[in-house]
Amino acid sequence: MRAILTILSGVLFGLGVTISGMVNPMKVLNFMDINGQFDPTLLFVMGAGLATTLAGYRLVLRRKTPFFAERFHMPSLTVIDARLVGGAALFGLGWGLSGFCPGPAVASLVFGTSQSVIFVAAMALGMVAARFVARRPA
Amino acid sequence: MTLTEFTPLAGAMGGAMIGLSAIVLLAAAGRIAGASFIFAGLFTTELDGNFVWKALFIAGLLFGAFLAGQFWFDAAAITFPSGPAVTALSGLLVGIGVTLGNGCTSGHGICGLARFSKRSLMATLVFMAVAVATVFITRHALGA
Repeated sequence: MRAILTILSGVLFGLGVTISGMVNPMKVLNFMDINGQFDPTLLFVMGAGLATTLAGYRLVLRRKTPFFAERFHMPSLTVIDARLVGGAALFGLGWGLSGFCPGPAVASLVFGTSQSVIFVAAMALGMVAARFVARRPA
Repeated sequence: MTLTEFTPLAGAMGGAMIGLSAIVLLAAAGRIAGASFIFAGLFTTELDGNFVWKALFIAGLLFGAFLAGQFWFDAAAITFPSGPAVTALSGLLVGIGVTLGNGCTSGHGICGLARFSKRSLMATLVFMAVAVATVFITRHALGA
Protein backbone atom coordinates (compact mmCIF):
# COMPACT_ATOMS: atom_id res chain seq x y z
CA MET A 1 0.00 0.00 0.00
CA ARG A 2 2.85 2.34 0.86
CA ALA A 3 4.47 1.62 -2.53
CA ILE A 4 1.23 2.36 -4.40
CA LEU A 5 0.70 5.63 -2.54
CA THR A 6 4.35 6.62 -3.14
CA ILE A 7 3.81 6.11 -6.87
CA LEU A 8 0.52 8.07 -6.64
CA SER A 9 2.37 10.92 -4.91
CA GLY A 10 4.89 10.93 -7.77
CA VAL A 11 2.10 10.91 -10.37
CA LEU A 12 0.41 13.90 -8.67
CA PHE A 13 3.73 15.74 -8.60
CA GLY A 14 4.35 15.04 -12.31
CA LEU A 15 0.82 16.12 -13.22
CA GLY A 16 1.16 19.24 -11.08
CA VAL A 17 4.45 20.57 -12.43
CA THR A 18 3.32 19.86 -16.00
CA ILE A 19 -0.26 21.21 -15.89
CA SER A 20 0.95 24.31 -14.03
CA GLY A 21 3.39 25.03 -16.87
CA MET A 22 6.51 24.85 -14.69
CA VAL A 23 8.03 22.36 -17.15
CA ASN A 24 8.28 25.31 -19.56
CA PRO A 25 11.47 27.22 -18.57
CA MET A 26 10.39 30.32 -20.49
CA LYS A 27 7.26 30.59 -18.34
CA VAL A 28 9.30 30.34 -15.15
CA LEU A 29 11.80 32.98 -16.29
CA ASN A 30 8.95 35.29 -17.30
CA PHE A 31 7.68 35.03 -13.72
CA MET A 32 11.07 36.11 -12.43
CA ASP A 33 11.23 38.93 -14.98
CA ILE A 34 9.37 41.44 -12.85
CA ASN A 35 10.58 44.38 -14.95
CA GLY A 36 9.89 42.75 -18.31
CA GLN A 37 7.47 40.18 -19.70
CA PHE A 38 6.04 39.37 -16.29
CA ASP A 39 3.88 36.23 -16.19
CA PRO A 40 2.49 35.87 -12.63
CA THR A 41 1.32 32.26 -13.11
CA LEU A 42 3.99 30.82 -10.81
CA LEU A 43 2.59 32.87 -7.94
CA PHE A 44 -0.63 30.88 -8.28
CA VAL A 45 1.29 27.60 -8.47
CA MET A 46 3.28 28.35 -5.31
CA GLY A 47 0.26 29.87 -3.52
CA ALA A 48 -2.08 26.96 -4.21
CA GLY A 49 0.68 24.43 -3.52
CA LEU A 50 1.60 26.00 -0.21
CA ALA A 51 -2.02 26.52 0.93
CA THR A 52 -2.93 22.90 0.12
CA THR A 53 0.17 21.53 1.85
CA LEU A 54 -0.29 23.78 4.92
CA ALA A 55 -3.83 22.49 5.45
CA GLY A 56 -2.97 18.85 4.71
CA TYR A 57 0.20 18.77 6.82
CA ARG A 58 -1.71 20.11 9.84
CA LEU A 59 -4.19 17.23 9.58
CA VAL A 60 -1.56 14.56 8.91
CA LEU A 61 0.80 15.68 11.69
CA ARG A 62 -1.97 15.31 14.29
CA ARG A 63 -1.24 11.60 13.98
CA LYS A 64 1.58 9.99 15.93
CA THR A 65 2.72 7.95 12.94
CA PRO A 66 2.07 7.87 9.19
CA PHE A 67 -0.51 5.38 7.92
CA PHE A 68 1.97 2.93 6.39
CA ALA A 69 5.32 3.70 8.04
CA GLU A 70 6.76 3.54 11.54
CA ARG A 71 7.54 7.23 11.90
CA PHE A 72 7.66 10.64 10.25
CA HIS A 73 11.07 11.35 8.72
CA MET A 74 11.29 15.09 9.33
CA PRO A 75 14.43 17.13 8.56
CA SER A 76 16.45 17.50 11.75
CA LEU A 77 18.63 20.50 10.88
CA THR A 78 17.57 23.81 12.42
CA VAL A 79 20.64 26.03 12.08
CA ILE A 80 20.80 28.69 9.37
CA ASP A 81 24.43 28.48 8.27
CA ALA A 82 26.60 29.56 5.35
CA ARG A 83 26.12 26.22 3.65
CA LEU A 84 22.33 26.66 3.53
CA VAL A 85 22.49 30.26 2.31
CA GLY A 86 25.33 29.59 -0.15
CA GLY A 87 23.61 26.48 -1.52
CA ALA A 88 20.32 28.33 -1.95
CA ALA A 89 22.16 31.20 -3.71
CA LEU A 90 23.88 28.79 -6.15
CA PHE A 91 20.54 27.12 -6.80
CA GLY A 92 18.88 30.51 -7.42
CA LEU A 93 21.65 31.48 -9.85
CA GLY A 94 21.24 28.23 -11.79
CA TRP A 95 17.43 28.50 -11.75
CA GLY A 96 17.59 32.07 -13.01
CA LEU A 97 19.94 31.13 -15.87
CA SER A 98 17.81 28.36 -17.38
CA GLY A 99 14.35 28.52 -15.76
CA PHE A 100 14.63 24.89 -14.67
CA CYS A 101 14.41 23.63 -11.10
CA PRO A 102 14.83 19.92 -10.27
CA GLY A 103 11.22 18.59 -10.21
CA PRO A 104 10.00 20.15 -13.47
CA ALA A 105 13.34 19.41 -15.18
CA VAL A 106 13.07 15.69 -14.43
CA ALA A 107 9.38 15.70 -15.46
CA SER A 108 10.25 17.40 -18.77
CA LEU A 109 12.41 14.41 -19.76
CA VAL A 110 9.27 12.68 -21.06
CA PHE A 111 8.87 15.41 -23.69
CA GLY A 112 12.17 14.39 -25.26
CA THR A 113 13.93 17.72 -25.67
CA SER A 114 17.72 17.54 -25.69
CA GLN A 115 18.00 20.57 -23.37
CA SER A 116 16.12 18.65 -20.64
CA VAL A 117 18.56 15.77 -20.93
CA ILE A 118 21.55 18.16 -20.80
CA PHE A 119 20.16 19.91 -17.71
CA VAL A 120 19.29 16.74 -15.78
CA ALA A 121 22.64 15.09 -16.58
CA ALA A 122 24.56 18.19 -15.45
CA MET A 123 22.37 18.44 -12.33
CA ALA A 124 23.07 14.80 -11.42
CA LEU A 125 26.78 15.44 -11.87
CA GLY A 126 26.55 18.51 -9.62
CA MET A 127 24.66 16.56 -6.95
CA VAL A 128 27.20 13.74 -6.84
CA ALA A 129 30.15 16.18 -6.89
CA ALA A 130 28.69 18.30 -4.08
CA ARG A 131 28.31 15.27 -1.81
CA PHE A 132 32.07 15.15 -1.46
CA VAL A 133 32.01 18.68 -0.08
CA ALA A 134 28.88 18.25 2.02
CA ARG A 135 29.03 16.85 5.53
CA ARG A 136 25.95 14.75 5.03
CA PRO A 137 24.45 13.44 1.77
CA ALA A 138 21.42 15.48 0.72
CA MET B 1 12.45 36.24 -25.00
CA THR B 2 9.01 34.91 -25.73
CA LEU B 3 5.78 36.02 -24.14
CA THR B 4 3.93 33.33 -22.22
CA GLU B 5 0.22 33.40 -21.53
CA PHE B 6 -0.92 34.12 -17.96
CA THR B 7 -2.73 30.92 -16.91
CA PRO B 8 -3.83 31.33 -13.27
CA LEU B 9 -6.38 28.48 -13.28
CA ALA B 10 -3.99 25.84 -14.67
CA GLY B 11 -1.31 27.23 -12.34
CA ALA B 12 -3.48 26.93 -9.23
CA MET B 13 -4.71 23.46 -10.22
CA GLY B 14 -1.15 22.28 -10.83
CA GLY B 15 -0.04 23.85 -7.55
CA ALA B 16 -2.83 22.11 -5.65
CA MET B 17 -1.74 18.79 -7.17
CA ILE B 18 1.85 19.37 -6.02
CA GLY B 19 0.41 20.05 -2.56
CA LEU B 20 -1.67 16.86 -2.67
CA SER B 21 1.46 14.96 -3.67
CA ALA B 22 3.25 16.26 -0.57
CA ILE B 23 0.28 15.37 1.67
CA VAL B 24 -0.05 11.82 0.29
CA LEU B 25 3.68 11.11 0.72
CA LEU B 26 3.77 12.42 4.30
CA ALA B 27 0.53 10.67 5.29
CA ALA B 28 1.43 7.32 3.74
CA ALA B 29 5.20 7.07 4.17
CA GLY B 30 6.13 9.90 6.54
CA ARG B 31 8.39 11.43 3.90
CA ILE B 32 8.96 14.96 2.60
CA ALA B 33 8.22 15.38 -1.14
CA GLY B 34 11.34 17.29 -2.11
CA ALA B 35 12.19 16.67 -5.76
CA SER B 36 15.94 17.28 -5.48
CA PHE B 37 16.32 15.10 -2.38
CA ILE B 38 14.36 12.25 -3.98
CA PHE B 39 16.10 12.49 -7.37
CA ALA B 40 19.58 12.69 -5.80
CA GLY B 41 18.77 9.51 -3.88
CA LEU B 42 18.77 7.57 -7.15
CA PHE B 43 22.53 7.98 -7.39
CA THR B 44 23.65 5.47 -4.82
CA THR B 45 25.29 2.07 -4.73
CA GLU B 46 23.05 0.85 -1.91
CA LEU B 47 19.90 -0.44 -3.56
CA ASP B 48 17.87 -0.71 -0.33
CA GLY B 49 14.35 0.39 0.61
CA ASN B 50 15.50 3.98 0.75
CA PHE B 51 16.41 3.74 -2.93
CA VAL B 52 13.24 1.88 -3.89
CA TRP B 53 10.72 4.45 -2.62
CA LYS B 54 12.59 7.25 -4.36
CA ALA B 55 12.69 5.27 -7.62
CA LEU B 56 8.94 4.61 -7.32
CA PHE B 57 8.25 8.32 -6.77
CA ILE B 58 10.35 9.34 -9.79
CA ALA B 59 8.70 6.66 -11.95
CA GLY B 60 5.30 8.06 -10.93
CA LEU B 61 6.49 11.61 -11.59
CA LEU B 62 7.54 10.72 -15.14
CA PHE B 63 4.24 8.93 -15.75
CA GLY B 64 2.29 11.91 -14.39
CA ALA B 65 4.12 14.29 -16.71
CA PHE B 66 3.49 11.96 -19.65
CA LEU B 67 -0.21 11.73 -18.75
CA ALA B 68 -0.50 15.51 -18.48
CA GLY B 69 1.20 15.86 -21.87
CA GLN B 70 -1.40 13.56 -23.43
CA PHE B 71 -4.43 15.48 -22.23
CA TRP B 72 -3.84 18.81 -20.54
CA PHE B 73 -0.52 20.26 -21.61
CA ASP B 74 0.91 21.08 -25.03
CA ALA B 75 4.59 20.13 -24.92
CA ALA B 76 5.16 22.21 -28.06
CA ALA B 77 4.85 25.28 -25.82
CA ILE B 78 8.14 24.42 -24.07
CA THR B 79 10.70 27.07 -24.95
CA PHE B 80 14.28 27.25 -23.75
CA PRO B 81 15.56 30.73 -22.96
CA SER B 82 19.18 29.55 -22.95
CA GLY B 83 21.47 27.58 -25.26
CA PRO B 84 22.92 24.14 -24.41
CA ALA B 85 26.09 25.51 -22.77
CA VAL B 86 24.20 27.80 -20.38
CA THR B 87 21.70 25.01 -19.69
CA ALA B 88 24.54 22.66 -18.75
CA LEU B 89 26.15 25.28 -16.49
CA SER B 90 22.75 25.96 -14.93
CA GLY B 91 22.18 22.25 -14.27
CA LEU B 92 25.55 21.96 -12.60
CA LEU B 93 24.86 25.00 -10.36
CA VAL B 94 21.40 23.70 -9.46
CA GLY B 95 22.79 20.24 -8.61
CA ILE B 96 25.50 21.68 -6.36
CA GLY B 97 23.18 24.30 -4.84
CA VAL B 98 20.32 21.98 -3.86
CA THR B 99 22.78 19.48 -2.37
CA LEU B 100 24.57 22.05 -0.21
CA GLY B 101 21.30 23.85 0.63
CA ASN B 102 19.38 20.60 1.30
CA GLY B 103 16.45 21.33 -0.97
CA CYS B 104 14.78 23.09 -3.86
CA THR B 105 11.45 24.71 -4.76
CA SER B 106 9.39 21.75 -3.56
CA GLY B 107 11.40 20.68 -0.51
CA HIS B 108 11.96 24.18 0.90
CA GLY B 109 9.37 26.32 -0.93
CA ILE B 110 6.36 24.02 -0.41
CA CYS B 111 7.03 21.32 2.21
CA GLY B 112 9.46 23.33 4.35
CA LEU B 113 7.30 26.46 4.50
CA ALA B 114 4.22 24.32 5.24
CA ARG B 115 5.90 23.01 8.40
CA PHE B 116 7.15 26.49 9.39
CA SER B 117 10.85 25.70 9.00
CA LYS B 118 13.07 28.76 9.45
CA ARG B 119 15.78 27.15 7.31
CA SER B 120 13.29 26.67 4.48
CA LEU B 121 12.04 30.26 4.76
CA MET B 122 15.61 31.54 4.55
CA ALA B 123 16.47 29.22 1.63
CA THR B 124 13.29 30.17 -0.28
CA LEU B 125 13.89 33.92 0.16
CA VAL B 126 17.52 33.53 -0.97
CA PHE B 127 16.93 31.39 -4.06
CA MET B 128 13.93 33.47 -5.21
CA ALA B 129 15.85 36.73 -4.76
CA VAL B 130 18.97 35.43 -6.52
CA ALA B 131 16.89 33.98 -9.37
CA VAL B 132 15.04 37.29 -9.89
CA ALA B 133 18.35 39.20 -9.77
CA THR B 134 19.92 36.75 -12.26
CA VAL B 135 17.05 37.23 -14.72
CA PHE B 136 17.25 41.01 -14.31
CA ILE B 137 20.98 41.00 -15.05
CA THR B 138 20.89 38.60 -18.02
CA ARG B 139 17.78 40.11 -19.65
CA HIS B 140 18.07 43.81 -18.87
CA ALA B 141 21.52 44.81 -17.62
CA LEU B 142 23.33 42.66 -20.20
CA GLY B 143 20.49 43.08 -22.72
CA ALA B 144 20.53 39.43 -23.74
